[in-house]
Amino acid sequence: MSTAAAHSPRRIAWTRRRRAVSGAWREYRHHRPGMIGLGILIAVVAMALAAPLLADPSGLHVVTTTQNAAFASPSDFGGLGTDKFGRPVLTQFIWGARISLLVGLAATILAVLIGSVVGILAGFFGGKPGGALMRVTEWFLVIPFLPLAIALAAILGPSVKNLIVVIGITSWPSTARLIRAQVLTLKERDYVDRSRALGASDWHLMTRHILPNVSPLILANTTLTVPIVILSEATLSFLGLGDPQNASWGKMLDDAFEAGAVTLQAWWWIIPPGLGIMLVVLAFTLCGTALEEILDPRLRDRRRA
Amino acid sequence: MTLLEVNDLHVTYAAGSGAPVPAVRGVDLRLDVGETLGLAGESGCGKSSLAAALLRLLPSGTTVTGDVLLDGEDVLTMKPGRLRAVRWTELAIVFQGALHTLNPVQRVGDQIGEALRLHAKGGGNVTKRVGELLELVGLPARRARAYPHQLSGGQRQRVLIGLAVACEPRLLIADEPTTALDVMVQAQVLRLLEDLQREFGLAIIFITHDLSTLANICSRIAVMYAGRIAEQGPNDKVFADAAHPYTRALAAAFPVIGDPAFRMRPSGLPGDPPDPRDLPSGCPFHPRCSEAIEICPRTPVELWPAGELREAACVHVSGAPVPR
Amino acid sequence: MSAAEPLVEVRDLHVEYPGRDGPARAVDGVNLAVGEGETLALVGESGCGKTTLARTIMGLQAPTSGEVRFRGEPLVYSRRGMREHRRRAQMIFQDPTGALNARQTLYEAVAEGIRIQGLEGEEERLVADALSRAGLRPPESFFTRYPYEISGGQRQRVIIAGAMVLNPSLLVADEPVSALDASVRGEILALMLSLVREAGVTVLVVTHDLGLAWNVADRVAVMYLGRIVEIGAAEELLTEPRHPYTRALLSVVPETKQMEPQILKGETPDPTRIPSGCRFHPRCPVVESGEAARLGIEESCRGEDPLFLPACHAVRLASSDEHEAYLHER
Repeated sequence: MSTAAAHSPRRIAWTRRRRAVSGAWREYRHHRPGMIGLGILIAVVAMALAAPLLADPSGLHVVTTTQNAAFASPSDFGGLGTDKFGRPVLTQFIWGARISLLVGLAATILAVLIGSVVGILAGFFGGKPGGALMRVTEWFLVIPFLPLAIALAAILGPSVKNLIVVIGITSWPSTARLIRAQVLTLKERDYVDRSRALGASDWHLMTRHILPNVSPLILANTTLTVPIVILSEATLSFLGLGDPQNASWGKMLDDAFEAGAVTLQAWWWIIPPGLGIMLVVLAFTLCGTALEEILDPRLRDRRRA
Repeated sequence: MTLLEVNDLHVTYAAGSGAPVPAVRGVDLRLDVGETLGLAGESGCGKSSLAAALLRLLPSGTTVTGDVLLDGEDVLTMKPGRLRAVRWTELAIVFQGALHTLNPVQRVGDQIGEALRLHAKGGGNVTKRVGELLELVGLPARRARAYPHQLSGGQRQRVLIGLAVACEPRLLIADEPTTALDVMVQAQVLRLLEDLQREFGLAIIFITHDLSTLANICSRIAVMYAGRIAEQGPNDKVFADAAHPYTRALAAAFPVIGDPAFRMRPSGLPGDPPDPRDLPSGCPFHPRCSEAIEICPRTPVELWPAGELREAACVHVSGAPVPR
Repeated sequence: MSAAEPLVEVRDLHVEYPGRDGPARAVDGVNLAVGEGETLALVGESGCGKTTLARTIMGLQAPTSGEVRFRGEPLVYSRRGMREHRRRAQMIFQDPTGALNARQTLYEAVAEGIRIQGLEGEEERLVADALSRAGLRPPESFFTRYPYEISGGQRQRVIIAGAMVLNPSLLVADEPVSALDASVRGEILALMLSLVREAGVTVLVVTHDLGLAWNVADRVAVMYLGRIVEIGAAEELLTEPRHPYTRALLSVVPETKQMEPQILKGETPDPTRIPSGCRFHPRCPVVESGEAARLGIEESCRGEDPLFLPACHAVRLASSDEHEAYLHER
């Protein structure tokens, strides 16, 4: 019977998710800064994904570009000019977007994953195990990021994979603290009590009640962590720890400065990557702020009533 | 002598999205000097909006029409300066004593002192006056140094009452002052209000959802439903022999202990109090009324006489000019 | 009262919470037996320990000492033991809004118990049945709705449905109607009574509302500062209370007729500072009026903990004519 199918548990769960997402999207549409940020992101991601179509990858290799004039300005060469090796800056810019975004997203996911797990466990269990987890978190928070990251990157060697790992394991503490604070309030809620009264195990409580209610915070926090991670990557690459084979925008800046682009006033090499970083960071921040406003559970219920 | 006269009061909240919410839809009230009026009703009936409207404490954007005459002067059209002078010295309000009604980071003595200073009622010695007020409400004077969270619920309520009577108002509006308090503490607070009323000739409007707390303290009772008054009359009459079916149901919800009629027979109404934005047609109570007849959804109800000094907004009342 | 084995038995139960100024003795030596099919009301003011006692019977709180027995077997506080217990004892909560996860549909709220306990049977039918029995009809129309879309009374019905779907023998109701509008209470209480009639469930109601006890309870137990001070059939206890605290409570409840209000001074002391002797003696009207001294029991009141029921030295002397007269005067 159609009613039976319409009300199967899975259907109900899907209906619920769909309604939550469409509700959030409807609100997001009204948030102008958030929409601007989203627009920028879509443009940048589209550019990064379409890189093979937009720019010939051979332009990234020194060997193939030696015939180009070095340090050619855009007016001479076209596009965004060339770098020290004659490589078109535009090509590097388009392909660099991929690396910056990849490291940004991957490292963020790693950081948020570690941070969320630690935060949920520390908040839910409290007592000695929670305390121990928090001491570890604080330890990581206290150590200055840059020296630690530099040391780790230097030990592991410059590659995209290592960058992701280094940034990931140094950026999780603030997420952990944030999540833990929310979990502390959530676990006192009556519905957690009720679930326990129904016989729920700790795992059930954490996954079915705590996690869904803390995930808006995680999502908003993720969107706000990406800019931090991208800047960290840019910093590390700029300091020479970036992957020379896969140049991100940060690495572009490093190369530019090393090659004396400033003295030579080769603005077309410095400004695009810098602007790119700034725009992506801005975009993620705008989206993250919009999401935070929409998904904050404290504001949520008031809006509904 | 009439102290307060409310005529055709309407309070409509502006809603962010969607239709405005009519919380109070035409209420008339009269209160003499030294009289106590009980205002009973459930959530959504508009009683708290009414209380806030009397002191003009509603959020901006709220539409208030009608008049609120305090000693002949309309509170709703007073200039801000005059309103400030009137607030607290003529007309004061006591809210439910939850932790957030008092400033949690200020000592209670300082909060009372602040009210005294604002209205220049401290005389020479504000501290002494604060001490006197605390003793008046049954707290030792040295508790002035305490922070709200250091006091129990009952003690906080006493502080709020002390705060309200600090400037010797003539009218006190008590909005759910005993809700969330233990039954013994409730009795203590009610006794305090009765004592203050007797000693200072205070007129009190006592707002509550618990009809039974009004049994002793009020001389008259008004029952609100869906933004309007459903029944109004002397205390004993309204309790003993309610004219409006809603009042009867509300009174029955609080069983008389010892009365076998209530034993194993909880009485309540089907359905829920109506949403002010989506009221039933005609009499707003008819969907839940056990005595609804076919004219009820079609008949706009008003307060009709139902005996001496009594009115009820029901077609069954003898003074109602509708065919039955 | 049934002569058969009680459903729940509490023996010398103590539940203490660590506190800054010493342990708070929330439950301080309680003995109680709840018969199968009866409705027992645990009444008292805040801080008396009734909620802690109820939660300990539910197994949500482990006792500091003493034991809880269900059908003669002591509760096992292991994971499996507790899971077992949850099938037989269920709870409904004071605030129906907070007790429902705002992100779950009503279907999921009721199905949760079924899924956790791995109940047999078609889930959809079980949920529909439970919602229907709780008065939410047609049940299918409630499946995809959220808690914020329904009223307070309906939310409480959903919680009742979620508890009853497991077919428990014991239902613990913690202030089931205090957060609901007055006109809605009767319906929820009537629902509870009908559950007792149809499913034969035993109900333990925790409340501060004596009128509610008159409405639904077979027996009433009055608690003060962690102890039961009086227990008896509702008809007797609520009309002819014997313990001075019960008398005072009933006298100030506006719904009670013909009793001169005895407003006690002060408030219930902190559970970290329980008075010596009879814990009620600092506020007791019998002591205060001098009657205790006249009866010669004042020293006992101040120094001897009354470990009998009703927990009052004066009542114990009730065989004395003098005291009988005193009781009838009030």
